Amino acid sequence: MRHGFEGWKKYLLNAFVYAEIHSRGSFRRNQNIFNFMSQQPTPTKNGHPSGDNRFKLLDRSITKNHSRGDALIEVLHAAQGIFGFLENDLLVYIARSLKLPLSTVYGVATFYHFFRLKPKGEHTFVLCMGTACYVKGAAVIQKSVEEHCKCKLGETTADNKISLIQARCVGSCGLAPVAVLDDNVAGKLTPENAVLRIKQWQLETEQVTA
Amino acid sequence: MTVEELRELAEKEKARQQEHKNRIMYCSAAGCNSCGADATKAALTKSLKEKGLDGEVLGTGCMGLCGEGPLVKLQSDETLYQRVDEVAAKRIVEEHILKGTKVKENLVDTASPFFSSQLKIVLENCGKINAESIEEYIAVGGYDALAKALTELQPTEVIEEIRKSGLRGRGGAGYPTGLKWGIVHKAKSEQKYVICNADEGDPGAFMDRSVLEGDPHRILEGMAIAGYAIGANQGFIYIRAEYPLAIERLKLAIKQAERLGLLGNRIFESQFNFRIDLRIGAGAFVCGEETALLRSIEGRRGRPRPRPPYPSERGLWGMPTLINNVETYANIAPIIVRGSAWFASIGTPKSAGTKVFALAGNIKNTGLIEVPMGIPLRKVIFDIGGGTLDGTEFKAAQTGGPSGGCIPKEYLDLPVDYESLATVGSIMGSGGMIVMDSTSNMVEVAKYFMEFCKDESCGKCIPCRVGTVHIHGLLDKISKGEATKDDVALLEELCAMVMKTSLCGLGQNAPNPVISTLRYFHKEYDRVLIDPITFVSSGAAKGESIHT
Repeated sequence: MRHGFEGWKKYLLNAFVYAEIHSRGSFRRNQNIFNFMSQQPTPTKNGHPSGDNRFKLLDRSITKNHSRGDALIEVLHAAQGIFGFLENDLLVYIARSLKLPLSTVYGVATFYHFFRLKPKGEHTFVLCMGTACYVKGAAVIQKSVEEHCKCKLGETTADNKISLIQARCVGSCGLAPVAVLDDNVAGKLTPENAVLRIKQWQLETEQVTA
Repeated sequence: MTVEELRELAEKEKARQQEHKNRIMYCSAAGCNSCGADATKAALTKSLKEKGLDGEVLGTGCMGLCGEGPLVKLQSDETLYQRVDEVAAKRIVEEHILKGTKVKENLVDTASPFFSSQLKIVLENCGKINAESIEEYIAVGGYDALAKALTELQPTEVIEEIRKSGLRGRGGAGYPTGLKWGIVHKAKSEQKYVICNADEGDPGAFMDRSVLEGDPHRILEGMAIAGYAIGANQGFIYIRAEYPLAIERLKLAIKQAERLGLLGNRIFESQFNFRIDLRIGAGAFVCGEETALLRSIEGRRGRPRPRPPYPSERGLWGMPTLINNVETYANIAPIIVRGSAWFASIGTPKSAGTKVFALAGNIKNTGLIEVPMGIPLRKVIFDIGGGTLDGTEFKAAQTGGPSGGCIPKEYLDLPVDYESLATVGSIMGSGGMIVMDSTSNMVEVAKYFMEFCKDESCGKCIPCRVGTVHIHGLLDKISKGEATKDDVALLEELCAMVMKTSLCGLGQNAPNPVISTLRYFHKEYDRVLIDPITFVSSGAAKGESIHT
């Protein structure tokens, strides 16, 4: 009997200590939220403080991954899919949602080539620089396209119309040299052909503005 | 699902296929998709409807001849058509299916060496079944191997079977698969993981993508067998984000298998549970290295760590983990069904089985091929590949991507297996084979690969981070015609240093293309070197171009 009572006492004490630590922890976290709310975006029950509905989509992806830190890459994929690129504000939001240090999130976002920290242009011209394409003259295409757009691969034209992107290999080596123009693969490309396609885009946008 | 139910499903599907007299298959892999396979499909369906014919148009995996797409095949008499645009599609329906005369303009000669010299095990279902239907996979004997493993074999027997087959890792290094499975099996842990490495980063390689797009269930089955053998209940497929179609098909395949109870709890009413999740990469070549891949699955920067401990002891979240390549898993099911002796009889004694290669570059027949190990390189390039474009002189074949080397024409009779390729300074790699003819400048090729490694170096260890930059700088200097013999000596020294002191496979193998081009094409380097004495006296050193 006495032993049973001791056991209960121990149990209750443990529960009390656990609750104390737990509540204090969450209390502290909450305080942090209030402190930083004025400057930094923080996930709340109603999503992002800006009221942007796209954050609700992002929240859905985060809850799908149970807010686990190791789902960071999946969440970043989702975020880039929704927003187009990862701006600092977004990275802070993700870091807070997944309870990860911002340095980790920023580190991962900058490590992988797939994640963009800057917005891309209206049209994208992804030139494959895989070995097969390289052997078949992708470098010449690169040169002529760069000259035409007056910017290098990996950059966006000054008018924000066309982004030139370099791909490692799109896996369509049978059609080399290959470029992906707005998600459409164009194979057996020539320098003239590539520049012509870009000119078409430029014409289109001019017509719209006219 | 029980084994009987699986057989029943297979019979049902076979009967359904018999009902449709005209089954037209079109290649729906990425290569053909990008030259208009969708339009071909629409045209085929439309003309079938117009003529009131009973038929089925289905998208299959890669049919091999990627340079001549879109490809269409009729199942009734195995006729293969190439470059099928909308007009040709209409003609095929009107002339071949209605009247029985073949459309000569688009006909592919399937008796040609490109087809007859191949032996398909990994790709046996690619281009034969609808890639998005689990029933069709079951109808050709799919999931039989899993059923056999779970109901008839003990885990140790499965491992023994794989070990006896002589299967070696198809990711490049060629580690015996059975041995690896045995190590993970013996590791004591409550939780183990199975990982499929589908981060095919080598430029010029698209074998894994084609297998995943054409026969995704084969990989799931292979992984489940591996899970049973080593005692894991969770698998991950780490796949590149650059392969959207493969991701889509894998997601669908996992869903279908879960629906039929071929993945999930108590598979085939045994005690074995297995789940598979997808992890999508984000474009980092180094993540093909196994420890970097593990970090990436954990949601961190993909940086390798020193081994040991190997992932088979401490891998994902510190648990014993089995990591194999896509092609390795694709070989598992046939070995279990047909036996290890059958598999060991193919290829060479040390390298059993077949290897899938992606043929590309300056070659007539570009595409996906599967050949038995030990086949002479000449046969691959001249019989199957049809020789170089426009009959220009063959110069070298590059295998193994940025970690591999060039094989010059002196070694054309070399058998293609792990050991032979290593003796000439190249590696099997994952299977990209790029053919270069006399138009390729080997110094530029070496520079190209070094630029790739320089960009892809993760930056963790100094030899790789700094060394690749300097090797690239030296190659740049050489290709511009500003280098002397001393620079080449420095280049050789630097390559040896980076090779010996780098942390992971990326750095250790990065100098391979440079070393192999230096070894076989030294003349091309010499040609652009300058003599420092004449260089100074000609005035070039004062900034005047030497090219004038």
